[in-house]
Amino acid sequence: MTTMQVLFLIFAAIILGSAFMVVTTKKMIHAAFWLIVVLFAIAALYAMLNAGFMAMVQIVVYVGAIAILFIFAVMLTRKELLDRGPALNANKSIAALLSLLSFGGLYMLLRNWSGFSNMAPALPEGDMVAKLGEALVTPDAYLLPFEIASVLLLAALIGAVYVANEARSE
Amino acid sequence: MNSIPISWYLILSAGLFSIGLFGVLARKNAVAILLGIELMLNAVNINLVTFWRYNNPAEVTGQVFAIIVFAVAAAEVAVGLALIISIYRNRNTVMAEDIDLMKW
Repeated sequence: MTTMQVLFLIFAAIILGSAFMVVTTKKMIHAAFWLIVVLFAIAALYAMLNAGFMAMVQIVVYVGAIAILFIFAVMLTRKELLDRGPALNANKSIAALLSLLSFGGLYMLLRNWSGFSNMAPALPEGDMVAKLGEALVTPDAYLLPFEIASVLLLAALIGAVYVANEARSE
Repeated sequence: MNSIPISWYLILSAGLFSIGLFGVLARKNAVAILLGIELMLNAVNINLVTFWRYNNPAEVTGQVFAIIVFAVAAAEVAVGLALIISIYRNRNTVMAEDIDLMKW
């Protein structure tokens, strides 16, 4: 066991355990906080994969924006401090079976793939973040998807304001 | 230095995806269903970054894909939570089984 492997196992345990808490814990606000733990551990995984920019974006966008949005939504949509009733619906056994089946199916698919135990190749020379930034603004690289994502975000912003806005006249 | 085979990341990602799937299928609260979708999107992102690192780290394609997934996830969460808040204002519930106006 190398240090990296031990670190990976620790983060993987944190991710899977916290994700399990997200889907089973009864209080929604706790689920949102467990999601933050999951997102931080995933950012650590990105750092282990030498994707430093992704790790930072994970923390800024997911933890800083999406998780906070979830916490606000939880606070805006509960009548009392405690959520009453069971957290899971009547189909939970079928749902558990389906998710176990999906995990088994994914595992079988991956195990039959020839590159399943590949090791990482050496990182190329040069600044990956600068390369990524250039690719996002180069017309024959990813300028168009980048701009379409911007338009999508703007449309989602306007749509969210319109849908959540109560004051408009019917 | 980096002694982790790709299979570890892929199995972790499959497990996270399955847990998210369970959350989407089994939770009653609509906000919790969105939390499950977030877990699934994160599992996808782990896969994308892993394949970028293990297949062709000289190209940035995998990371660009993951960034687009970030943007779509943010848009999806904004619209989804706005819908939930709107439903809560009109019907005073966020339980998915009570929102049955369009149920056939």
